[in-house]
Amino acid sequence: MGKPMQVARHWRHFREKYALVGGKCENGHLMFPKREVCPVCGSRNVEEYQFSGRGKVVSWTIVRNPPSGLEYYRPYPLALVQLEEGPVVLAQLTDVDPEEIDFGMEVEMVTRKVREFDEDGIILYSYKFRPVLKPQKE
Amino acid sequence: MRKAVIIGAGMVPVGEHWKLSLRDIAVEALLNAMDDAGIDRVDSLYVGNMASGSFVEQENLGALIADWAGLGHIPAVKVEAACASGGAAVQEGAKAVLSGLEDVVAVVGVEKMTDAWPSDATRYLAYAADADWELFHGASFVALNALIMRLYMKEYGYTEEDLALFAVNAHANGAKNPYAMFKRSITVETVMKSPYVADPLKLFDASPVCDGSAAVIITTPEKAKELGVPKEKWVEIAGMGRSIDTINLANREDFLTLKAAKVAAERAYKMAGVEAKDIDFFEVHDAFTVMAALSLEALGVAEKGKGAMLAREGQIAIDGDYPIQTMGGLKSRGHPVGATGVYQTVEAVLQLRGEAPEGIQVPDAEVGLTQNIGGTGSNITVNVFRRV
Repeated sequence: MGKPMQVARHWRHFREKYALVGGKCENGHLMFPKREVCPVCGSRNVEEYQFSGRGKVVSWTIVRNPPSGLEYYRPYPLALVQLEEGPVVLAQLTDVDPEEIDFGMEVEMVTRKVREFDEDGIILYSYKFRPVLKPQKE
Repeated sequence: MRKAVIIGAGMVPVGEHWKLSLRDIAVEALLNAMDDAGIDRVDSLYVGNMASGSFVEQENLGALIADWAGLGHIPAVKVEAACASGGAAVQEGAKAVLSGLEDVVAVVGVEKMTDAWPSDATRYLAYAADADWELFHGASFVALNALIMRLYMKEYGYTEEDLALFAVNAHANGAKNPYAMFKRSITVETVMKSPYVADPLKLFDASPVCDGSAAVIITTPEKAKELGVPKEKWVEIAGMGRSIDTINLANREDFLTLKAAKVAAERAYKMAGVEAKDIDFFEVHDAFTVMAALSLEALGVAEKGKGAMLAREGQIAIDGDYPIQTMGGLKSRGHPVGATGVYQTVEAVLQLRGEAPEGIQVPDAEVGLTQNIGGTGSNITVNVFRRV
């Protein structure tokens, strides 16, 4: 991921990484992240779409040998989470005992620190997912 | 239409070459291939390499290797398709010959990985994933494959032991290949006792970080005759296919189908005029055991969900119906990433010439296949080779 002073590189993704804003094309296809071209129908008319942040675990692993620079939380659970609206995102799970993780476990988005660089570097935050705390409203 | 034949093949043993640099092993493999063909000049050079800039701070490999191999003022470029760089470089070389623009083309695959600190190597490899949406979140390649492995076992009811059989088979063959990194047999127990790298994926489900280089010389049958290369050495590049899939695994329609391999195989089979059942051996991309299973399914050797069954039934051994990893595959021969596709090609050439080491020669092999995966199945090449 290179050296820290690439503020713009991370700043440009704040809406996705902090608020889980993705995309919806004119034909209703949802995507995360948002793209110029809808991967389903090829439409170039894609608007921003706010995801709820709720989803289910599709698959997961425990990363024991992370890429350099990401050692701080080692070992950490990483999962494919299917959002309730449909699209799947890759993210870390947090506030969870690895033994509790299971297929279909209901999770919700939280904002957490992902990575720190040197003491003069930036700190990266992003979405992670934790087991749902509150019962879902009908 | 012109035809493309391989008339020379060379390689260096895969391993941790502390004394040798990237250029040393690349030049050695290249000269071995040129000596095998009995030629001392080529029209152009294609270099398969994934991440030399990250691993050894060296790009512009076309110039570096052609210069140091004494090839003169020829066109030379690097071809990059992550871990499929080698397979893609072979295709680009063959395309240059088939187009009629170049007559004698050299292809060298090379990767020098052991100069990097291990966790840095893990990061450089992850550059083939989606930097903003996968690596950012802490994904390593092992982790991405572990997500697939867990899902594969759950969906089809396989165990970790079932998948371990792919590693056992690879080592059984690699033990007899003098160019393999790990020249020894293992058992299911060896795999099961190895530590988790990313659960449920263990150390022995994964291919090693290593150094290696392999090369081939491609030309037309007419030119091969003119150069006086004996026909016993010729192996035709009969079919080629390549396709991409989503770079981000999460965006995939079906996590358990290597769609890119399916599309690439269809193209390669059509060009070669063959079907999966006509192929005598398969060098598939077993960077992780689950990838061997998914590859067999995508290539049409096994039905969806039945790839690991072939390992259970012993059909993937040299004397089985579908021999795979005849020289050890990525697991035992080693996986010097950008070189792997060219190693597979050299191994196919040796098999089809009948020059494979004793005990791992596929009897009367006439048609062989290599499949090379870049990324998490995001860039895949399939090549079909035929004895002339």
